[in-house]
Amino acid sequence: MTSTSPAQPAEKHVAPQADHGDPARTLIGRIAEGRAWLFLAGLIICFEIWSRFAFGATFVLNPFNLQSIAIFAIAPLLLATGQTFVIISGGIDLSLGFIMGLAAVVAAHATNLAGAAIPLPLAMLAGILAAVIVASLPGIINGLLISRLRVPPFIGTLGMFGVARGVAFLLAGGTTVPVQNSWFALLGNGKFHGVPYLVMIAAVFVIAMHYLLGQTRFGQHNYAIGANVQAARRAGIDIRGHILRLYVLSAMCAGLGGALYAARFTAGAAQAGEPLLLDSVAAVVIGGASLFGGSGTILGTVAGALVIAVIQYGLVFVNVEPFWQFIAVGVVIIISVLIDQAQRRFSGGRQDE
Amino acid sequence: MNNTNPNTPLLEVRNLSKHFGAVRALNDFSMAVRAGEVVALAGDNGAGKTTLIKAISGVFQPTGGEILLGGQPVAFATPQEAREKGIETIYQDLALADNLSIGANIFLGREPMRKAFGFLPVLDRKAMADAARETMKRLDFHVSRMNAPVSNFSGGQRQAVAIGRAVYWDAQILIMDEPTAALGVPEQRKVISLIHQLKAQGRGVIFISHNLQDIFAVSDRIVVLRRGVQAGERKISETNHDEVVRLMVGG
Repeated sequence: MTSTSPAQPAEKHVAPQADHGDPARTLIGRIAEGRAWLFLAGLIICFEIWSRFAFGATFVLNPFNLQSIAIFAIAPLLLATGQTFVIISGGIDLSLGFIMGLAAVVAAHATNLAGAAIPLPLAMLAGILAAVIVASLPGIINGLLISRLRVPPFIGTLGMFGVARGVAFLLAGGTTVPVQNSWFALLGNGKFHGVPYLVMIAAVFVIAMHYLLGQTRFGQHNYAIGANVQAARRAGIDIRGHILRLYVLSAMCAGLGGALYAARFTAGAAQAGEPLLLDSVAAVVIGGASLFGGSGTILGTVAGALVIAVIQYGLVFVNVEPFWQFIAVGVVIIISVLIDQAQRRFSGGRQDE
Repeated sequence: MNNTNPNTPLLEVRNLSKHFGAVRALNDFSMAVRAGEVVALAGDNGAGKTTLIKAISGVFQPTGGEILLGGQPVAFATPQEAREKGIETIYQDLALADNLSIGANIFLGREPMRKAFGFLPVLDRKAMADAARETMKRLDFHVSRMNAPVSNFSGGQRQAVAIGRAVYWDAQILIMDEPTAALGVPEQRKVISLIHQLKAQGRGVIFISHNLQDIFAVSDRIVVLRRGVQAGERKISETNHDEVVRLMVGG
């Protein structure tokens, strides 16, 4: 044992800093990050070739197809936008599908009720507003359960899944609620220069959410919480408040999804979002988020939602039995997760604890 | 350092006690850290080292005694208050968000904002990266890719990031809990050299370690805790491994 005296000069420049800047690794990382867009491009090319050979018609250059795919993708995309925030934080929100249904029913009722008293365009706005506000209530309960009472997100939101489902069907009287409002119908089915209003609303909303996730403290803290809650807490971030706002945000995304559903079909239905919940999770995962939290982007989720919409619409377009859709989406999810795992192994980061 | 008297310790702990029911985790403990001084805190498991640093950093409220910063008595209700007064704790398990860049980690919870297009508040990533580069340079740590997540860096480099955060926010007292425990030998030496730099910058460091070699390489004084009481305090130049071990185990 040598006892070193403190007077001995400090060892400077020990081990030059190895910077893991290997270009090959970064390239793999880039490809893995953009994989959803690559999937999307590949799918569109496949369907285009298929369509040309089978019917001699174009798939992607047909504006009707593009409109239909975009409309088709809106509801799952809105759910998936909220889900992206939740999954990045390391949680999951299973109640989104029925919150959307609840919001659709509320939007229909509120628009009809308000339409009796105030002008139709205002009634439409009142209906949308009511849908988003009512949708935020289950979000508040989810957030309080998870942040204050430490209920695991999977269980807490599963409970809310049931509650929202029941309330939605009760409010709807077990049936669909038609909307009597010509403005609302126009919003749901009108176009401006070939672009449906719904697509414009969804695009503006998604851009706003992209900003929120990528450019604000809320978004930055969301990533930090997903990676290391302890670190976020020690850095002075209000974890409870953040989790509460997070689940309210995701519920409000579903609320807007429900209101737009009611506009598109001029009716509210409790089961509106039922098949969309898993699609929303799938879109987030295909978009490059990790279910362990800490990674994911809104743009990736947009690509993920479009991948699912293109598969579903494209297979119908080329006349394949609809059940193949499930298989195709399932395969894409699995491939996407495999790419994610491979990328983690290559990127030199710790794969898991 | 705003002390008029250079002999006033940056941090002084007087007769500090922390009792958990009948358990006296820390009893009547006193120590001081001066500017530019590294004080090692040694002791067996359960000797009260963790209780002491948690009391200093505001995690626990002490049962008795007082903490003085630059001669002024202070009481911290939360770790945030201690941090605002310049006491930063660097934890063994690194309080970093692995998916964020060095800059984002340094500013975590206190991110700078700028106005895009003159009205839209956005994160000022450039300011974060610039500040991070500057801070890491002061620690003799050069990174070319400031945007890479810290998961890309080695354990010692991440330790440097955690220290860099404390340096950026101008912590005067750094409490380092086993900063070399999880590292390989070259990385341990890097951290030791970082501590030398902190010392040269006039900061006070409380260095907790089981590794006597590290303690002797970097500290000016060593304070030994045993069962919650101070078992001895020595100048590093006037002691040796055997004596420290004897103080730690009692005998």
